Amino acid sequence: MKSALKRSTVLVLRYSLLGAALVLLAVGLLRQEHLEVMQKAVKICLECIGIG
Amino acid sequence: MPGMYRHRVRKTKGRISGQRVVQLISAVLVNGYLIGFQKGKIFTGGTKAVCVPVLNCYSCPGALGACPIGALQAAVGGMTRHVPFYVLGLLMLFGVVLGRVVCGLLCPFGLVQDLLHKIPVPKWNPPKQVDRPARLVKYFVLLVLVIGLPAFAVTQTGVTPPYFCKYICPAGTLGGGIPLLLADPALRSLAGGLFGWKVLVLAAVVVASMLIHRPFCRYLCPLGAFYALFNRFSFFQMHLDEAACIGCKKCEHACPMAVEVTKNINSAECIRCGKCKTVCPTGAISSGFTCGTGKRGEPA
Repeated sequence: MKSALKRSTVLVLRYSLLGAALVLLAVGLLRQEHLEVMQKAVKICLECIGIG
Repeated sequence: MPGMYRHRVRKTKGRISGQRVVQLISAVLVNGYLIGFQKGKIFTGGTKAVCVPVLNCYSCPGALGACPIGALQAAVGGMTRHVPFYVLGLLMLFGVVLGRVVCGLLCPFGLVQDLLHKIPVPKWNPPKQVDRPARLVKYFVLLVLVIGLPAFAVTQTGVTPPYFCKYICPAGTLGGGIPLLLADPALRSLAGGLFGWKVLVLAAVVVASMLIHRPFCRYLCPLGAFYALFNRFSFFQMHLDEAACIGCKKCEHACPMAVEVTKNINSAECIRCGKCKTVCPTGAISSGFTCGTGKRGEPA
C-alpha cells in the first residue's frame, strides 16, 4: 500500500515536472530567449576562458 | 554461491565499453566544429541558440551548442535580468527525461575524468565523513555562484560576471581557454593572473581525477547538482531485482560514485554509467526508460 502510494507520487511528480518543463520552454521561446542565448554563445566569453 | 554466476559477468577488459562509445560519440557531436580548433575561432551558427545537456563551454572552438550553465548565468546576471524560462525549461526537460544519464554517458568532461582515472597511480576512496558533506558543495556552487551572485550582486555596469565560469569551470579552461589561447596570439597576450588561477583549478581537478573517481562530478559540478534533483523522478531509471540479488556487493565496489546500489539504486548521486549492471553476476540490475506502468525503476 505504502509503496504503491510512493509509486503514484513519483508518477505524478514525473509528469508534473515534464509539463512544467514544457511550459517554461514554450514561455521562453515566446519571449525569444533563445535569441538571447545565441547572442551570448556566438561571441567568445572572455570570463569563461579566463581572460577578463 | 556467488561463483555459480561468474560466467554471466559481461567481460569488457581489452575492448571499449558501451559507455565509452556513447561518451565519445557525444563529445564529438557537441564539439563537431573541428575546423574551429585549427582557426582559433568559435562556431557562430544557429544551433548556438540551443543549450546542450552537458557542461560544454560555448567558447570551445568546436562547440555547436550553448552551455546551459553559462546561459543560465548570462540570463540572471545580464543587462535584462529575468527568470530564464528557456534555459530552465530545457534543463528541466533534460533532467526529467534523463536524470544524471547526462553525467554518466554524455558529458565530455565526465569522459575526461574517466580517462584520467585510468592512469595507474594509487587510488583514494575518501572516507564517508569527508565524502558525504563534500558532495553538498556542488549544491552550494549551483545556488550561490550560478544563481545567487549573478542575480543579486551589484556591479557598476549592471552586468554581473558569470562567477562559476570565471573562477571555477575547468571544462571552460580545457575546452575553451587553452585551445583558443594556443591558436590566437592576440588572446594569448591578454592572459594574466585569472588565466593562471583557472589553469591551477584545472590542474587540481586533473590530479584529483587520477586519484578519486569523478571528483568534479561528485563535489563541484552545478549541472550535476541540478540533474541530481531529478534522478528519482526521471523517465530513465535503474532497477534492482531484489529476488535475483545475492548481496555480493560487487555493484557497490564497482560504482564510481560510491552509491549504495543495493539500498538506494536511484540515488541522487547515481550517474547511470551502468558499471553496476556490467559487474552484477546475476543480472539483477537493469536500466531503461519507464512511463510508470511497471514497478518504479523497472524499464518499460
